[in-house]
Amino acid sequence: MSTETVNEAHDSDDGHDAHHEHHIPKGLLRWLFTTNHKDIGTLYLWFAFIMFLIGGAMAMVIRAELFQPGLQIVDPHFFNQMTTVHGLIMVFGAVMPAFTGLANWLVPMMIGAPDMALPRMNNWSFWILPFAFLILLSSLFMDGGGPAFGWTFYAPLSTQYSGDSTALFVFSVHIMGISSIMGAINVVVTILNMRAPGMTYMKMPLFVWTWLITAFLLIAVMPVLAGAVTMVLTDKFFGTSFFDAAGGGDPVMFQHIFWFFGHPEVYIMILPAFGIISAIVPTFSRKKLFGYASMVYATASIALLSFIVWAHHMFTTGMPVAAEMFFMFATMLISVPTGVKVFNWVATMWRGSLTFEVPMMFAIAFIVLFTIGGLSGLMLAITPADFQYHDTYFVVAHFHYVLVTGAVFSIMAAVYYWLPKWTGKMFDITLGKWHFWCSLISVNLLFFPMHFVGLAGMPRRIPDYALQFADINKWVSIGGFAFGLSQLIFLVLIIKACRKIGEPVSDQVWEGAEGLEWEIPSPAPYHTFETPPFIK
Amino acid sequence: MNRISTLLTGVMLAFSNSAIATTAAERSDLNLRPGVSDISLEVYDLHMLMFWICVVIGVLVFGVMFYSMVMHRKSTGAKPANFHENVKVEVLWTIIPFVILIAMAWPAATTLIAMEDTSEADVTILVTGSQWKWHYKYQDNPDVEFFSLLATQQEQINNKFTKGENYLLEVDRPLVIPTGKKVRFLITSDDVIHSWWVPDFAIKKDANPGFINEAWTNVNEPGIYRGQCAELCGKDHGFMPIVVIAKGPAEYSTWLQEQETAAIRANEEEQRLLAMNMSMDELMTQGKKVYDTACVACHQANGGGLPPMFPALKGSKIAMEKQNIPVHIDYIINGKNNMPAFGKQLTMSEIAAVVTYERNAWGNNTGDMVQAKDVNLMINGK
Amino acid sequence: MSKQSESKHTTEKSSAAFESERASDVQIPKTRAQMAAENAKTAKKLVFVVIGMLGFSFALVPLYDVFCDLTGINGKPSNEAAVYESVVIDESRTVKVEFITRTHSGMAWEFEARTADIRLHPGEMGEVEFYVRNPSDRDIIAQAIPSISPGTAALYVNKTECFCFKHQPLKAGEEALMPMKFYVDPQLPKDITVLTLQYTLYDISATVKPAAVVAMNNS
Repeated sequence: MSTETVNEAHDSDDGHDAHHEHHIPKGLLRWLFTTNHKDIGTLYLWFAFIMFLIGGAMAMVIRAELFQPGLQIVDPHFFNQMTTVHGLIMVFGAVMPAFTGLANWLVPMMIGAPDMALPRMNNWSFWILPFAFLILLSSLFMDGGGPAFGWTFYAPLSTQYSGDSTALFVFSVHIMGISSIMGAINVVVTILNMRAPGMTYMKMPLFVWTWLITAFLLIAVMPVLAGAVTMVLTDKFFGTSFFDAAGGGDPVMFQHIFWFFGHPEVYIMILPAFGIISAIVPTFSRKKLFGYASMVYATASIALLSFIVWAHHMFTTGMPVAAEMFFMFATMLISVPTGVKVFNWVATMWRGSLTFEVPMMFAIAFIVLFTIGGLSGLMLAITPADFQYHDTYFVVAHFHYVLVTGAVFSIMAAVYYWLPKWTGKMFDITLGKWHFWCSLISVNLLFFPMHFVGLAGMPRRIPDYALQFADINKWVSIGGFAFGLSQLIFLVLIIKACRKIGEPVSDQVWEGAEGLEWEIPSPAPYHTFETPPFIK
Repeated sequence: MNRISTLLTGVMLAFSNSAIATTAAERSDLNLRPGVSDISLEVYDLHMLMFWICVVIGVLVFGVMFYSMVMHRKSTGAKPANFHENVKVEVLWTIIPFVILIAMAWPAATTLIAMEDTSEADVTILVTGSQWKWHYKYQDNPDVEFFSLLATQQEQINNKFTKGENYLLEVDRPLVIPTGKKVRFLITSDDVIHSWWVPDFAIKKDANPGFINEAWTNVNEPGIYRGQCAELCGKDHGFMPIVVIAKGPAEYSTWLQEQETAAIRANEEEQRLLAMNMSMDELMTQGKKVYDTACVACHQANGGGLPPMFPALKGSKIAMEKQNIPVHIDYIINGKNNMPAFGKQLTMSEIAAVVTYERNAWGNNTGDMVQAKDVNLMINGK
Repeated sequence: MSKQSESKHTTEKSSAAFESERASDVQIPKTRAQMAAENAKTAKKLVFVVIGMLGFSFALVPLYDVFCDLTGINGKPSNEAAVYESVVIDESRTVKVEFITRTHSGMAWEFEARTADIRLHPGEMGEVEFYVRNPSDRDIIAQAIPSISPGTAALYVNKTECFCFKHQPLKAGEEALMPMKFYVDPQLPKDITVLTLQYTLYDISATVKPAAVVAMNNS
């Protein structure tokens, strides 16, 4: 892949460039009215990071309460609010906006487009997001507290047995949904219509591919979530009985609808991570990605399969054996394309010329730890064993392995990888290494022992536990606090990077980095590819 | 990276030790319990099989990766190879996992089918979950039915007393089942979704309001088996344990007979109490006892509640004003908003006592006395 | 304005350059306006998909019922009266049908089946009576919700008459016997020998139309 000399064209039109720079408003208004994909990407990433810290603070409350048996810090009702809002914030406030931020920054640069296809909608889709979370967080201060029914808000706990703040919860989920849908539409339109000449589908970087598929998943399932919360709202406040047996409804139907959204949602949070890892591993192996085409097909098949496995979250609700078998086999099947991806990454590293810069360290940690999460997922697919694992800390360990050491680690890897391109300066490498090693050790201390308490019989979402779980929970909590503190290193590093402290970097930044975004200057100019590059 | 592999090795050792050391009923703090029924043993074996398959896959994949990380470093002068595609390899590593999956699915399917044995059971027990307790009813002996509540004292939970050995895993009245017989559980709920989970039987079934679910076990060894509610069901989800005592068939039938006689005696006692008036002291003593088991978790020991979700009783209109006595009794019998109904859990004399207690404790000194017959009037209309 | 026209101008210039250089193997780059129109068109299509999926989420409600009727997920029996006509009785086996009666939390009625269980051949008519009494001092309208275990058996239980088909009003202190007639379809899978039919009574006085309460008080 190579491009025409874009930069020359850009430089030769100096007057034009200056003209643009002149029109960037300063201060708060710049950020409020910006339609520039790079600005909006930055906004998304900062928002996600702040939400990550807020949701993390809630996790600290949870781990402090669970540090030893007995009730010490919070009452059980508040504990339930913490687990609920922690889940909602991390899923909808941290991981998803972070990926959208990365898409905003990178997709146009990777396909040679000047901006996102619908810049004004882009501004809207970001700016409604803070309000959604203000509403959600403010509900915690309402009479009766915020939502306390788990992020999965199972009926009838969320309908007949919840507080009035449920209305705020529903409203905020609606806004989050609208924001994600607008973001997804923007990504799809950008990728379909705005590719530079010669950028055929099978030449697109995998990050673009995985985001295209993710965006389609979002468009397909976010409306289903909107439908589910709307039904909860009408059941609670307007006398319908979608989920109330007394009125001919069925509480189990809620779970079917929720997980019809929920399982693709899981892949929404991991497919872009696959794209990131597929960009980083080849760079630091100095070798092309192994099996590009099979990566694309694997991503697509994971996305398709994600629509027919939802009921594996519901094995204990009482299903006919035939249905249990179907969902068990379909779920196991997902491990095939997922395995293909892991094998491809390993094959990319095989006989490469490896170096271990900070992004690569996170990427390698991702491959190992995500695979551990994937393997425990395979164990969870086995229905008879799932009866024992379901709703225990084994499940908590599983999804934190795929979401924290999976999705979140991939986001951190991405930030370390592209940050020098965004700021034009190398980040503080020493701090980056500290951040990596502290995070790696503490995150495993935090989540690995959870497998064992889960197997030994500790249910999830409980504020207090039996004595035989005490030792492990203590270590888990220590791991939790350490992981929380480690993120402050990251905060310092990011602030330093944003203040442009550090060594200037070359355009390519990393030896071995390939792709359009590495051919533009560092830092990336405010406007790029105003004239489309040509890809051979 | 080495730390991870060290961790993995440590874990594998922990697992293999526990696999060797565990006998059937022994509790492991690190692994699944093999349990005490044929099915639970099958599930345990399946779990260990899956675990080892996953460990082998992990070791192979990470082994190759770590080898590459050591041998193909740029710092040792490794030059990158040029290959980036190989259809044969891709096909191979699609098919091999597929074959492994089939090998896994086969025993899983067999166990799953064995779990759904719908043949007639020797004992059928109706299990009903409600916030936050379990109710058991022996279908073949309709007189025997009881609620099973957490027996751990609030003071232990609030760190005022030392925690006992079975902290949070003890109940006032455990479920009793016979060994060597097929026991069927019909599981349902009175309010939100709960989940009845006894790890030693490998049973976890959701209790769905308005719907009925089924599970069964055939316990091989007498003993005490403990479990917990496994589905988030509101504030005290963490405080509704399950205790099952498995007794030999002879002991079991003795126990059952005792329960039947006790049920008849309790009924007679209730009738006797209906005919008489209790004194204020008796009502207050009895009332405090009831309050401490049924009401204290939400309304708190000082009657202050946790407003606004759980209102204070101290100084409340319902508990203070004379004309509200019927409302007060009605709330306890039938529940209100977030408050569950206690009409089925408490006897009429207990309801009378607790109403009296709430109207006279914590400075609520109204002097009102409620007798069992007043409650009877509300429940039975006579 | 000037900025727009200027940038348009640059794009046109460069597109001309592209055309001349490699007109044969490249699609012709579009102007900004063309591009924006095309983007809006694609976005519009996607909005339709979103609206369609929102509709689909609500369509899942009836679809779920259809799915239940087909597979017996969740043990929901049919809510309509079956007709007992030319049913062959399978005398080679008997099925035990158990009845469980429950009142939902806060429902004051007494409710019990007069027969705890019956044994019958598939295809044979069975009849059971249920006793209800309203001991409270207010009129209550009840709705009985049936559930069958094992769930798959729900497909084979055919009720020709059931109190659960409609609301059941009882005045304060009133009592009643409610009949239920049913047969088990001879197609019932051979491995099902016991099935449990549970009724849960709900107090729905507050949710049914006030008209019904008025009618009840007048009757």
